[in-house]
Amino acid sequence: MKSGLYGFLFAMWSLIIIGGGIMVVLLGPFTIQQFGDFHWIIPSGIKVTIALVLVVIWILILSKLKNYIFKKELTF
Amino acid sequence: MIELIIPAIISCIIAFFVVYFSTPPLIKILVKKNYTVKDMNKKENVMVARPGGISIILGIVISEIVLYGFFQLNEILAVIITTTAAFLIGYVDDRKVMGGWFKPVALAIAALPIIFLGAYDTDLAFPLFGDVQIPLLYLGLIIFMIPITGNTINSIDVLNGVASGFMVIASFTLSICLFILQNYEIAIVSLPLGFVSLAFYKYHKIPSKIFPGDSGALTFGAMYGVIAIIGGVEIIAAIALLPAVINSFLFLSSVKRVVEHRQIKGKPVEHTDDFKLKATNDKTAPVTLVRLILASGPLTEKQVGFAIFKLAIFSGILAIITAFMMGVSL
Repeated sequence: MKSGLYGFLFAMWSLIIIGGGIMVVLLGPFTIQQFGDFHWIIPSGIKVTIALVLVVIWILILSKLKNYIFKKELTF
Repeated sequence: MIELIIPAIISCIIAFFVVYFSTPPLIKILVKKNYTVKDMNKKENVMVARPGGISIILGIVISEIVLYGFFQLNEILAVIITTTAAFLIGYVDDRKVMGGWFKPVALAIAALPIIFLGAYDTDLAFPLFGDVQIPLLYLGLIIFMIPITGNTINSIDVLNGVASGFMVIASFTLSICLFILQNYEIAIVSLPLGFVSLAFYKYHKIPSKIFPGDSGALTFGAMYGVIAIIGGVEIIAAIALLPAVINSFLFLSSVKRVVEHRQIKGKPVEHTDDFKLKATNDKTAPVTLVRLILASGPLTEKQVGFAIFKLAIFSGILAIITAFMMGVSL
């Protein structure tokens, strides 16, 4: 059990590193210049949407991972 | 460098000894006023003083005010205001049973001083890949971060000494990471949290003489969250907090809604005849970190606490590795 928890911690850490990389690669260079005074709000809004989608995907992966690692224990 | 070392030493000594000396009289006052709760994990009818958040906030506020005397940083003001607000929110919840949404919403409001004082940077730093600038998203992150860290620490406050002991490990890890990243001023601002937690742990460890209560747990969590934001170490802070995050994640994914622990009917853990902790087979009970630790068999309260501390040390090591990775770029 305890090794499963350490494994899950390590998996979460790996997902944070990989997810961070995707965030930087996808969102980092993202700019739109043609919106005048609102030029920073619109790209930010799009970034928020992409980030939220990434977070949802991250939670779904984590959920699947949890069920896989703790399949014996989660028979409560 | 000497101008940083002296304030650091003074604030750490003050943080530790304010809590160390103010907690015993606080316990006496709370017991005298009958502000006690039953320790559910003891065979005998043991009543424990609550809330210990009063001495915790005292240690934090006094040491941070002293630090503000040395460095007039808006970041220190943000720590003082947001942490005090979190304490008050927790104190209200200690005195009066509030709904499940009260703490998250109130803590989100408590995060606003960080924005008003401009004590943040909109760049989110990731290891290996660098920074990403997210001005609008970052404001949302600030609003969400304080309720998340506050409630995450609160959710792990289930056994004697666990919340304060866990905070000792997580907050010193965060301070070490800030030193590694050469963010010396914020590292010094973060140190009182570790020393306050350490002093409180003396009275909170098994057998507890005082419980932190919601006021103490939210104070710990909120200050941790503020340091993560003002230090620009949000990702590292999240990693150091992973065992508590797992607990919240397991709880939420099994309950599937934001709800107070006291509103849950099913019991995740029960006691054996010799009063060891044992995972139940109750399908209506939430899945928690303690329940998973106990899945392999009954353990004493102390053994479960140490299992959580070992997980905290493991995630602390991962956080320190991440701090070193911040300096590496692919």
